[in-house]
Amino acid sequence: MLGKLTLEAIPLHQPIPLIAGAVVVAIVLGVIAWIVLAGHLPYLWREWITSVDHKRVGVMYCLLALVMLIRGFSDAILMRSQHAFAYRAAGYLPPEHYDQIFSAHGVIMIFFGAMPFMIGLMNFAVPLQLGVRDVAFPTLNSVSFWLTASGALLVNASLVVGEFARTGWWPAPPLSEMTYSPGVGVDYYLWAIQISGVGTLMTGINFVTTILKMRAPGMSYLRMPMFCWTALAASLLIVAAFPILTATLAMLSLDRYLGFHFFTDSHGGNSMMFMNLFWAWGHPEVYILALPAYGVFSEVISTFSGKPLFAYRSMVLATMSICLLSFTVWLHHFFTMGPGGDVNGVFAITSMIIAVPTGVKIFDWLFTMYGGRVRLTSAMLWSLGFMVTFVVGGATGVLLAIPPADFVLHNSMFLVAHFHNVMVSAVLFAAFAGYTYWFPKAFGFRLDEWWGKAAFWFGITGFVIVFGAFYWLGLLGMTRRMQHYDVADWRPWILVSAFGIVVMIAGVACTIIQLVVSIRRREELRDVTGDPWDGRSLEWATASPPPVFNFAALPEVHGEEAYWAIKSRAREQLRLREEPDYAPIEMPLNSATGFICAFFATLIGFAMIWYIWWLAAAGLVGAFLTFVVFAWRDTVEYEIPASEVAKVNRANRTTRLEALQGIGQRRAA
Amino acid sequence: MQIRSVPPLRLLLVAAAPALLGGCQQHNLLDAKGPVGAAEANILIIATIIMLAIIVPTMIATVIFALWYRESNPKALYRPDWAFSGRIELVVWSVPFLTITFLGGIAWIGAHRLDPAVPLESDRKPLQVQVVSLDWKWLFLYPDQGVASVNELVVPAATPVTFKLTSSSVWNSFFVPKLGSMIYTMRGMVTTLNLMADQAGELHGLSTHFSGDGFADMHFPVRAVSDSDFAAWVNGAKGSGAALDKAAYAELTKQSIADPPRSFGSVEPGLFDGIVAQTVPPGPGPAAGGVENVRPKGGA
Repeated sequence: MLGKLTLEAIPLHQPIPLIAGAVVVAIVLGVIAWIVLAGHLPYLWREWITSVDHKRVGVMYCLLALVMLIRGFSDAILMRSQHAFAYRAAGYLPPEHYDQIFSAHGVIMIFFGAMPFMIGLMNFAVPLQLGVRDVAFPTLNSVSFWLTASGALLVNASLVVGEFARTGWWPAPPLSEMTYSPGVGVDYYLWAIQISGVGTLMTGINFVTTILKMRAPGMSYLRMPMFCWTALAASLLIVAAFPILTATLAMLSLDRYLGFHFFTDSHGGNSMMFMNLFWAWGHPEVYILALPAYGVFSEVISTFSGKPLFAYRSMVLATMSICLLSFTVWLHHFFTMGPGGDVNGVFAITSMIIAVPTGVKIFDWLFTMYGGRVRLTSAMLWSLGFMVTFVVGGATGVLLAIPPADFVLHNSMFLVAHFHNVMVSAVLFAAFAGYTYWFPKAFGFRLDEWWGKAAFWFGITGFVIVFGAFYWLGLLGMTRRMQHYDVADWRPWILVSAFGIVVMIAGVACTIIQLVVSIRRREELRDVTGDPWDGRSLEWATASPPPVFNFAALPEVHGEEAYWAIKSRAREQLRLREEPDYAPIEMPLNSATGFICAFFATLIGFAMIWYIWWLAAAGLVGAFLTFVVFAWRDTVEYEIPASEVAKVNRANRTTRLEALQGIGQRRAA
Repeated sequence: MQIRSVPPLRLLLVAAAPALLGGCQQHNLLDAKGPVGAAEANILIIATIIMLAIIVPTMIATVIFALWYRESNPKALYRPDWAFSGRIELVVWSVPFLTITFLGGIAWIGAHRLDPAVPLESDRKPLQVQVVSLDWKWLFLYPDQGVASVNELVVPAATPVTFKLTSSSVWNSFFVPKLGSMIYTMRGMVTTLNLMADQAGELHGLSTHFSGDGFADMHFPVRAVSDSDFAAWVNGAKGSGAALDKAAYAELTKQSIADPPRSFGSVEPGLFDGIVAQTVPPGPGPAAGGVENVRPKGGA
């Protein structure tokens, strides 16, 4: 009846996961109980869970990402503290538990921390920057989000029910085959990533369509803000790369479930093929994360320097070059598998070439600041912190691309330091910069700057200490994923990195305090005009938070930096644009499709993991019926009357006019 | 492969490293004990210096630009519309391009000269060693001597060693940090690695590719010894060691953690080829009851 699922799946004899699991379950149940008892459920259901508004979906993505970043960070704390104790000792985490933790850390940080954060920012900002009302397929967008949430739920369920993969964040055969990993851990990985991967692929399709087909009148490709370009490049990469991952994991599932031999090294199977396919997705994935991050920095650095982005067209070229080149480098993961001098030499050079457009971007950001008026806000600090630290990550990446250097550094702590150096300083710093930058647009008030700056300084200091120590540990020959060690030379640097993580904890605490303080002081931090940073692109042309339809009338674009042009004219003439002719606006109806689909997808995943076949079949039927019901609905849109549109828009025009008159008075004085 | 003499810069850094950190360091990559490792450390240091020459000025410029052009500095010239300069773009594209061209040359030459499969230049005949990674131990077969050892590698100093490597279960990676180049061990596949220890000494080896719950204990002592000591070790193994036949090998393939080093006086002919061809059964994976049954047996 319940397949492999028995009471033994719950770790009653292991205190650490049991207590951790119990605390998480208690918090989740507590939050749900509070929502229901306080009567927030109808509001949440109507305004968020069933919302197909790209802004709401974007906010939910970022919220999921923030929670998962904290979950992944707690894994990091466990690993650092285990290493602090595990010198010539077993430490407090046995291998079967420690191995799950570093696997879960990687999976959660990449798939449920970094990815949703970047996709969340894309969701929130891209349609606004393009000057349109929503993404191309709003309901599909909601389905994408909820499938991602479903994957995150499954990964976290493995904490309490059963176990997670003990294979590292890529489940490489033969270790991940049934012979060597008979438990449910790898199956949790496979189903969580497959379900969320479907969501990601649909996001890619959605954004490629949105950016190619839905831009405000006059917004040609070479007038799009840089963030839209990077979102386009990342979405193209998703569309091209994610099917490889899906197919690869499907083949591994066939091996595990039905006794196929794709990767078994017997009966014609080959484990090398898994590595090959996995990294054919895995390396573009790095740029799926990094490119939107570069986009965020472009927006932030330009805005807070009070200047257009330097060499915009050159940046576009660099972005699209990275997009293409990212598919030519994956063999550098195999330098130490003996492919020979020619193969290694060719892929060393392709891997290095990708550093050229990346270097160009760094220099162009540098010259964006040159001749500017730099405002050192916390969003700008994250961007500067990125520029200073990321070049080290880039340089060590080029170093690892030199085969003879990789021969001694592959899989070492140096490598761990390198990819954290690029992922944290590009993607996470961009996430925090983007979060601070667009928060007032989303909620109508700014985040507290003092706590934001404190979070930055603690965060970057801890980051430099932890990964500085890791670089050195790599040169001392320490390899990754060791549950314990007995080399005396490593010990001091392990302790240094443990100290670094304490500093990072302070940074995370500041981020949480910042949010609480900002909500309490929201009236002081209120953004009344909709343009709190003196922005340059169209998201700042509408109110904060924007009305559901984004723009009362779609803006006309006459050049790069559409909103800066409008604003400059308004400042010269000391009056706003002509009021548009208000017309009724059709917007897509809310839909529970995404939530219900994800509910059934979770059932399917959980049932497949535990071999509960009837439940999997029931889930599949449910998911299909949800799709049929959605396809058969009669009304898909509702109309917002012109009077309502006018009312919302006039309110924003009034506050903007007041701000403009303030400028006029200062000028007169 | 030709290994050139050690440049003074590296000597300086290597000399400084222990002074900075105190004591001898068993694994320090920059203080190699063999020609391959020394050449790789060289490349590492040269490439690092080249890149520091680019990134340090960039880091400094970032901080200076941000501080000088800060809003509160009235002396800084505000040029709100300055957003392109052909000359700067030329420099901006050519600096990374030239750097990469230069480093790409180093990478191409290095990838060929230091290809692990290329035999080392020496007037001595290389020692042949076959390596099999097991759950979770290392098996070293000496086909010319007819002996074998588990979790201990003994090689003659100043003699090239040609390793042929495979795995009998999951993947691992064979690495002796002080000698240089690691290489993967993969089931059904054979990789080749050439290394040499300059002089006699105690070194350490480890696995660098995660292979499961016993991974952290997959390290082993590497003893580079004189020719006479090597011959004595072979004779000792022959005299006292057990026979490594199919039954003994099957026992070895079972999962175990931190096995103490031991040796075998005779090896069943064709064992390594059988392992590669998988006519000899591979490791069976976890026994019923899981990892609790394969707790360390003690020893190393």
